[in-house]
Amino acid sequence: MHAQRRRKQYLWCWIFVLPTTLFYAGFQAWPILSSFYYSMLDWSGISSSKTFVGLANFAELLQDPWFWNAFANSFRYMVFSVPPLIVVSLLLAVLLNEQTLRGRGAFRTMFFLPVVTTASIVGIIMQFIWSPTGAINALIQLFGVERAVNFLGQAGTALPTVAFIGVWKDVGIYMIYWLAALQSVPRDVVEAAEIDGANKWKVFWKITVPIILPIAGVITLLAVINSLKVFDIVQTMTGGGPYFATDVMGTFVYRTAYESSVGMPRLGYASAAAMLFGFTVILIGVAGNALKGRIARHRVD
Amino acid sequence: MAAKVRRISAKCVLYAFLIVAAVIWMYPFVWMLTASFKTQDEFWGSGLNIFPQHPTLENFVRSWNNANFSQYFLNTIIVTVCAVVIVLMCTSAAGYVLGRYAFPGKKALLGVFMASITIPLTFTIIPVYELLNGMHLTNSLLGLIIAECGGSHILFLMLFSSFYSGLPKEMEEAAIVDGCGFFQTYARIMFPLAKPVIVTVVIMQFIWTWNSFLMPLVLTLSKPELRTLAVGLYALQGEHVVDWTGIAAGATIAVLPVIVIFIALQKYFVDGIAGAVKS
Repeated sequence: MHAQRRRKQYLWCWIFVLPTTLFYAGFQAWPILSSFYYSMLDWSGISSSKTFVGLANFAELLQDPWFWNAFANSFRYMVFSVPPLIVVSLLLAVLLNEQTLRGRGAFRTMFFLPVVTTASIVGIIMQFIWSPTGAINALIQLFGVERAVNFLGQAGTALPTVAFIGVWKDVGIYMIYWLAALQSVPRDVVEAAEIDGANKWKVFWKITVPIILPIAGVITLLAVINSLKVFDIVQTMTGGGPYFATDVMGTFVYRTAYESSVGMPRLGYASAAAMLFGFTVILIGVAGNALKGRIARHRVD
Repeated sequence: MAAKVRRISAKCVLYAFLIVAAVIWMYPFVWMLTASFKTQDEFWGSGLNIFPQHPTLENFVRSWNNANFSQYFLNTIIVTVCAVVIVLMCTSAAGYVLGRYAFPGKKALLGVFMASITIPLTFTIIPVYELLNGMHLTNSLLGLIIAECGGSHILFLMLFSSFYSGLPKEMEEAAIVDGCGFFQTYARIMFPLAKPVIVTVVIMQFIWTWNSFLMPLVLTLSKPELRTLAVGLYALQGEHVVDWTGIAAGATIAVLPVIVIFIALQKYFVDGIAGAVKS
């Protein structure tokens, strides 16, 4: 009787986790596993055209200057976007963490608003705002710049501009991460230091920074990985142009797999590129985690 | 006295900085909103002057009727609402048993969920598309809904399981005395108690699905009538003569619902995000 009841309970448990498990299997596990297979195909998307080619796609990728261009651009985007993202979001969090500041809630909402706004739509709107006839050019002309700058249309400025807009879009979420981190700093320690005559700057460097350092590692790693995943705003703002100057890995894979304007779609080749880059991202994540662990251990010693 | 003056002037600098930053942060929203009420002539002639002199609803009418935004809006609502309901049901049920019960295979399951390295969609979109294609779902809203439910929901599972595991054991015992079975105990007693977590999950998933771009883009490539707002606007902008006031109106239609929902329920959203980084 008892055993039977327990078996029934186990059954219920499995019924309860089954839907989540199925979604997980279908949309997380299966795509990763089947990518291995897809990446070894020469395949234009029609099922009859699949040809097994082994590692030929990977060999071709290693020789493909456009793949390496996109690969490098992804990291360039990271270099342009992550440092300002971390610094500005930390600055805003520290300012908004000030208990005596009026309107904290309103400021927080305003800086957070771009985060919840559809990235692709942000891209479309920004395309106009940063165009030669847009507001940014109208503004810099007030400061004496004579000729309109085509920020997104020139190879030199396009990627930094996209990164700048990425920072605008994401600062709010990192600000919230920092605020959560700052909340872990005990108030009484800060107050004791202030009574002892330490100024704000000193309190920040001597008390706050050491306490939030481990979380800072997590936040930075998150920013690095997310910057390498960028797709929506790049696709809608520049589509990877002008002449592939902003072509990141996301747009490279999308174009190779689904845009017929560049000839036949090549799903196998795109899968191989996605896998190669996906592994790079995972490697960075693992390395970052290991580094974080070492720093944490070092601090304990 | 001097110290007080210094403190007050420091405050002024702080406010000035925050206000300037906030204006920069808000400008694109103000631009979008005001441009959507402008006539074409005014739009091109106004420079930095953003407020419309002769506000018109013409742009909204045009994008709603001619550019098919009524259809896109309906699609987006259907996909988002269905995905939110399905994800909520799945993660709550799974979180419940993961948080409260021991059963064979639980450890392995938890391990697999936790180990999930969330590979970005860009790098798994091809197999996901092929999977849906194999189920004959690529040209339907149902396929899009299922795909939107398929993301990684570790955060939601964790929020639910830690909430349910904190409920006292007596609750089940009382329910069993009342004659409730396993399912009824969950559905009638436990689930309604999880309201704070439910709200967090609902608004996070709502915003996530509403803003989704790559998945609907790829799944509607051959079926324009299934486009969501994000994809529809992108297609509109890709046309030869770009109707910027119409795009601004379309963008306003597309982002206003998320912004309103976010502002109304932001506490839950922000708490959810803060919880994510803490864990």
